[in-house]
Amino acid sequence: MFNFIRRAFGKNEVFTFKGGIHPKDMKKSTEGKAIRDITPPKTLVFPLSQHIGAEAKAVVSVGDHILAGQKIAEADGFVSANVHSSVSGTVAAIEPRLHPLGGKVMSVVVENDGLDQWRQDMKKHTFDQVTPTEIVEAVREAGIVGMGGAAFPTHVKLSPPAEKQIKYVIINGAECEPYLTSDHRAMLEIADEIIDGLKLTMKIFGLNTGYIAIETNKPDAIKNMTDRAMAEKDVCIKVVAVKTKYPQGSEKHLIKAVTGISVPPGKLPVDVGVLVNNIDSCAAIARAVLKGLPLTRRIVTVGGDCIAEPQNLRVPIGTSFEYLAEVCGGFSKTATKLIMGGPMMGIALSRLDVPVIKGSSGLLAFGQDMVPERIQKNCLRCGRCIEGCPMNLLPNMIKEAICANDLERLEKLNALDCIQCGSCTYVCPAEQNPLKFIRTAKMKLREAKK
Amino acid sequence: MSVENIRQKLIVSESPHIRQGDTTAGIMLDVVIALIPVLIAGIMIFGYRAGVLAGVCVASSVIFEWAWCRILKKPSSIGDFSAVVTGLLLAMNLPVTMPFWMAILGAFFAIVIVKQFFGGIGHNFMNPALAARAFLLTSWPQQMTTWVKPFAPVDLSLGADIVSSATPLAIIKSGTGELSSYMDMFLGKIGGCMGEVSTLALLIGALYLLVRRVIRIRIPFSYIATVSVLTFIFGGKDGLFTGDVLTHLLSGGLILGAFFMATDYVTTPYTKTGQIIFGIGCGVLTSVIRIWGGYPEGVSYSILLMNVAAPLIDRFTQPKRFGEIGKKRGAKGNV
Repeated sequence: MFNFIRRAFGKNEVFTFKGGIHPKDMKKSTEGKAIRDITPPKTLVFPLSQHIGAEAKAVVSVGDHILAGQKIAEADGFVSANVHSSVSGTVAAIEPRLHPLGGKVMSVVVENDGLDQWRQDMKKHTFDQVTPTEIVEAVREAGIVGMGGAAFPTHVKLSPPAEKQIKYVIINGAECEPYLTSDHRAMLEIADEIIDGLKLTMKIFGLNTGYIAIETNKPDAIKNMTDRAMAEKDVCIKVVAVKTKYPQGSEKHLIKAVTGISVPPGKLPVDVGVLVNNIDSCAAIARAVLKGLPLTRRIVTVGGDCIAEPQNLRVPIGTSFEYLAEVCGGFSKTATKLIMGGPMMGIALSRLDVPVIKGSSGLLAFGQDMVPERIQKNCLRCGRCIEGCPMNLLPNMIKEAICANDLERLEKLNALDCIQCGSCTYVCPAEQNPLKFIRTAKMKLREAKK
Repeated sequence: MSVENIRQKLIVSESPHIRQGDTTAGIMLDVVIALIPVLIAGIMIFGYRAGVLAGVCVASSVIFEWAWCRILKKPSSIGDFSAVVTGLLLAMNLPVTMPFWMAILGAFFAIVIVKQFFGGIGHNFMNPALAARAFLLTSWPQQMTTWVKPFAPVDLSLGADIVSSATPLAIIKSGTGELSSYMDMFLGKIGGCMGEVSTLALLIGALYLLVRRVIRIRIPFSYIATVSVLTFIFGGKDGLFTGDVLTHLLSGGLILGAFFMATDYVTTPYTKTGQIIFGIGCGVLTSVIRIWGGYPEGVSYSILLMNVAAPLIDRFTQPKRFGEIGKKRGAKGNV
């Protein structure tokens, strides 16, 4: 109700949710630099599982000559995604290779011939003539997934069950993770593609209004997107400024901030008629439908205190992280921790010779002083983890319950609602790691439910 | 440095990979800083013995903490400054004339019996300094309630020329004697414990804690508001709604208790609703003791009683999770 009153009176109101934390955004070193295209390396590795869902099936054989943009693996089932080669060359091997998320995954290894020959048979649509079915089909064919990290196949999102009606489409330009600026740069440099992607998504659901949510720490992006949105005559695109706060970019929290709608626990945004899409994925939709281009490039922020020249790169998927680090001038000092993604939710890499996949939003390299040895002290019961929890959970109580192996209590504490944003661990003055215990709790609860 | 050199030991741990950087020691140091104006006010009002007594309390608390860890062969925990805070708070709760050996015994009770017996910092179920105060008050009621006149400095040996005075709350209780002006009470020119007399100094410290976000306003506000309302309604001699609220607020340990003791993390609820309930509970108990009880002052006992109830309060005030909608409102948006 209060939100409603504020909305009625405030013109430049900034929206948000309760709880959350305020890490230093650390975006200065890369946010001002234009996205740079890189020359693809000699060898690229395409894991067949870069998305949530079934692993794709290779459709090429060793020794085949392939063109850039050619499909090398086909989705195996509905919740799966096609994989395309980002370069032209020869298939050198189809074998299990190291995956950035750990372990070995069946991958297609391509030797780049350096000619960058693209396939010419791409199916292009025009905005006015394309039908909703054709849009979804083009997205599926292009192998587009959520590029914020989770990598959920986008065509699945775009085809909700018949009884669920999508009323809001929100493009997530919050980019609340510190260090990452790839979405920020995209909003400045490829605004047209983002707007086209949003319009195409709106067209699928017959909507006249679409939203782009951007955190207030990116005023230039807000301005640029607003100017572009104003130029649209036949549809209404609203740019919503949301508060700079972590985890503002969490799907449910963004929906709350933009629409005021609460996604009930255990439900998905689609259940309340909302679709949230990532900036880069949204631009990929426009490229796939209007130009027939499959998803073969993504914008990656390379940063952290050990990278000599932090910047944003447009990277052919399949490039190794090692190559990215080299392109950015290598390491200025010894890196102790390498992270794929942001520092709050990203994944620590055990080695650099793994490929960039569709969900890799960043490569961060931190030195020794960023990852000091932490000696865990007694919980002070200060309650900061509770104040910081965006899901209104009690992280320290969940920790106590899992230590006592009290599953009934874990259930009551709604441990399964945790979105693993890490806010509780981030703020803990006793240097404890409640999130670690909550992860265990979630695992145990899921096991018990089986 | 070339990329090749990176194939060495990398730390692979789970997210989040960065931390805010606040530490237990930092928080405790903030509390110590906040107590410095209070200590200075105590020394100005009661003379240098106040400083010496505070020093004795802090030193003995730290030594007991260190010795306990030493005896149990645990890593020493004096580095987190929590023993310093306990020692300082204990001193603030003593009259300036307290014999040193009693103060040391108080520190022993606070650190060893209340805190370390239960597992050290984070595990004590009562505020150690307040528990020690209650222990001393029960054991040596006379020494614990000897109030000297302000600005009549006492020397270390406690000569016979101590000019005693009554606290404003005791005057209200007994109905005899003349109350100081509100300004005197605000500045601290009244009888009382070393750390409770100067409301001004306490508010400076409290403001520092609030600005540094070490404490939140929820508990102090609900506590003080409850005491104000209840003492106004029931505190007067001439019937309802005639209570002398300002005297109740400005004298006695209410401000010290509300901002420095009732906000102790370990022994108070951590849910927001729980903290408000805790403050109201403290306020009700304090008012009941002050108005109808046998003691003129009830801050320490009421906080101790509510400390014990804190885990229970936490259990019953679990916040509604994000996205959970009340029974009355539907899943409506407001765009």
